[in-house]
Amino acid sequence: MATKAKPPKPEDLSKIDYKPPKTKWMDTPAEFKPGMYCYGTRPKYLEAVDFPNPREWSSSEEDWKLPENWKEIVLEGIKERLSKYRTFHIFMDICVRCGACADKCHFFLGSGDPKNMPVLRAELIRSVYRKYFTGSGKILGKLAGARELTYDVLKEWWYYFYQCTECRRCSLFCPYGIDQAEITIIGRELLNLLGLNTDWIAGPVANCYKKGNHLGLEPHTLKSNIEFMIDDIETITGIRIEPTFNRKGAEILFVTPSGDLFGDPGIYTAMGYLMLFHELGLDYTWSTYASEGGNFGFFTSNEMAKRLHYKIYAEAKRLKVKWILGGECGHMWRLVHQYLDTWHGPADFLEVPVSPVTGTKFENAKSARMVHVAEFAADLIRHGKLKLDPRRNDHLKVTWHDSCNTARGMGILEEPRYIIKNVCNYFYEMPDNTIRERTLCCGSGSGLNAGENMELRMRGGFPRANAVKYVRERYGVNILANMCAIDRAALPPLMDYWVPGVRVAGLHELVGNALVMKGEKERTTDLRLEPLPGKEAKEDV
Amino acid sequence: MGAIFSFFAVIILVLLAFIGVGAANLHFLFGVIIPYAAFVTFTLGIIYRVIKWARSPVPFRIPTTGGQQKSLPWIKQNKLDNPSSTLGVVGRMALEVLFFRSLFRNTKTELREGPKLAHGSDKWLWLAGIAFHWSFLIILLRHIRLFAEPSPFYLYVLESLDGFLQIGAPRLFMTGIILLLAVTYLFLRRLYIPQVRYISLASDYFPLFLILGIAATGILMRYFFKVNVVGVKELTMGLVNFNPKIPQGIDVIFYIHLFLISVLFAYFPFSKLVHMAGVFLSPTRNLANNNRIVRHINPWNYPVKVHTYEEYEDEFRGKMKQSGIPVEKE
Ligand code: SF4
Ligand code: SF4
Repeated sequence: MATKAKPPKPEDLSKIDYKPPKTKWMDTPAEFKPGMYCYGTRPKYLEAVDFPNPREWSSSEEDWKLPENWKEIVLEGIKERLSKYRTFHIFMDICVRCGACADKCHFFLGSGDPKNMPVLRAELIRSVYRKYFTGSGKILGKLAGARELTYDVLKEWWYYFYQCTECRRCSLFCPYGIDQAEITIIGRELLNLLGLNTDWIAGPVANCYKKGNHLGLEPHTLKSNIEFMIDDIETITGIRIEPTFNRKGAEILFVTPSGDLFGDPGIYTAMGYLMLFHELGLDYTWSTYASEGGNFGFFTSNEMAKRLHYKIYAEAKRLKVKWILGGECGHMWRLVHQYLDTWHGPADFLEVPVSPVTGTKFENAKSARMVHVAEFAADLIRHGKLKLDPRRNDHLKVTWHDSCNTARGMGILEEPRYIIKNVCNYFYEMPDNTIRERTLCCGSGSGLNAGENMELRMRGGFPRANAVKYVRERYGVNILANMCAIDRAALPPLMDYWVPGVRVAGLHELVGNALVMKGEKERTTDLRLEPLPGKEAKEDV
Repeated sequence: MGAIFSFFAVIILVLLAFIGVGAANLHFLFGVIIPYAAFVTFTLGIIYRVIKWARSPVPFRIPTTGGQQKSLPWIKQNKLDNPSSTLGVVGRMALEVLFFRSLFRNTKTELREGPKLAHGSDKWLWLAGIAFHWSFLIILLRHIRLFAEPSPFYLYVLESLDGFLQIGAPRLFMTGIILLLAVTYLFLRRLYIPQVRYISLASDYFPLFLILGIAATGILMRYFFKVNVVGVKELTMGLVNFNPKIPQGIDVIFYIHLFLISVLFAYFPFSKLVHMAGVFLSPTRNLANNNRIVRHINPWNYPVKVHTYEEYEDEFRGKMKQSGIPVEKE
């Protein structure tokens, strides 16, 4: 196994050299720097989901224990994908190498490594495509930007395709919409044909497949985790909430990433959901089977992603609910929004979602029948259905991080802002070029938020952190709010490293704080059990 | 390396035409056969490429969204950057194809003391790109004069607009100058921006030099050598009417110009220049973001192995019952 390297100090890490090396990129071999990549996966995880080539191996060793015919497997894999994905085929052909995408990638901005420029990351695979699938590449070779697929090239793919968070920022700026995320996804599929995964991705995939969620929470643990939250809510509000699990005939199935059910600050977001739904008297249920909205399968292959997202509709059907509500998560929502209906629809056993509180029909979920909790809550607030006291968030100076997937894969930008403005008095936007569709990635998405690649994460998150630092210095921002479970896991260490003093919260934690519930006692603390402004004194008495 | 190679490749092309016509008298080859061959290669090549792309399906609807989605009625949707209808998609594509919308968005990020990352707007690439493509298009349209008798009316309008700076006897067309400037800029940025130089291949420099050569010979012909326009038109009209003939007295520079154009046409379908056709087919741009509204069909969707609820309950039934979670089978 690779050694776990501590990242350098921020002062040193922020000295970034953007000058490419003297040698041409094809002649510059990938150097595996500790701290910049994840451990290769253990065989048991691959076996759990019947992935090819499970074996003990280490990415830092010379021999990766590949099958004899690995080259044919990869080339055959490319061929198959060219015929299955127009994106892949077109993106291999039409890049003009204008470089507009180069400084849009947070990994390039944070590392200066030219192979982290989206265009060059794509060339890693494009060069091989040219060699084996185009006439000019076959004839002209290097001159046409073509190269052989060698063991080193394959390793280079592994290194750099696991240095891309599939955030699609590059795609937004490319004149042809060339989406490196799409190429990375396919690149990783090719690597997975040889069993070249990482432990941090394959583990959650295996867990999710067998146990329903990434964290491997078993049904009783899941329930008791939620019960802990309920105890805390009772302490804070004096109200006892009684959620149901796997209840047939509920109107709504609620699905959220399991990250919300484990560890802080995710649990505060989940407490927010619990309080909100209780206050509305919503007829809904949690499921222990479909207890994961996130989908690490998406970081391995389209097929695995499909296998994991199957649970959502299947469970809705079994429980005979009318529609599905989804929690705060980034890639979960990219998949729900862009893939779920295609994979497992038509969802004709469900009804077009209607808010039982406001009567609003969610026309934008007419076919998939799954509504984002921010859409749901924004509608409630707009109709004046919630009693809110934003002063309870007055100790928080909030800024908003648009999660890449929901921003560039859906365009859900205004709903969360509308909610924040109604539940917080102090809200400050980061600079224009770093928010909304131009948002900068947390640096740990797509299965990169392991412990062993901390330097990579701190580098990749540097541009995001830098924008937070700006509002911290200017307005004294101390909370970075977001609606993604990976963000809630990834951003706290990022903030501690680059912008100490800024904490991380989910959107519904802020809602939960501000929500005035019927029959609640006078609140003295927020959901983190920390004293509310003006209430500190009382506590002391 | 790539730049030098491409430069010499274009020089060799020029010499080929120069010797071929000037010394070896291969007028028919350079004036008729090669242009025809190039035209056929271009047309068939592009059709072949587009069909090949179009045969790969679009399994998922994955537009890159660039603004607010369509959601609640009181939230204003960004209909052009995040379209949910066909009309919106047409608008988005029109902005993209005609005005390079995405490039217009371009920013430049710099690392300053602090450390601070400054993301500033950067429109130079957009400007050069748009100047280059539009002037190229207008020049192309102006050349229709050589292929139609009488010249269509709009050509007079176009020409008087383009040449409104009436300098000297042959009207000075602005597009020629703009094209030269834009191509030069695009070339220089490849050389001077270290990252862009790093990613540039010979196939990036080659079309630039080729177009530079075409523009230069065109300008030379028009303003300095004053080629025999009547003769040229006779030749081009012969080509369109499939009655090719080689008129006397056309300067060799015309053949060089024509040869470079032929090479560009023939090269087109096999190079990155096909972005011209590809831009229309890019699934991140040409799909409506109505994923949850209308079901998108994946033609190769196939059933996958899943972990069913029954299997799940079989494994956890005991634990579920113990903690009071309902089960299907007791
Ligand atoms: S912006 Fe698009 S066309 Fe330009 S280099 Fe990047 S991927 Fe290629
Ligand atoms: S998808 Fe994101 S991480 Fe990947 S290359 Fe593009 S900008 Fe970089």
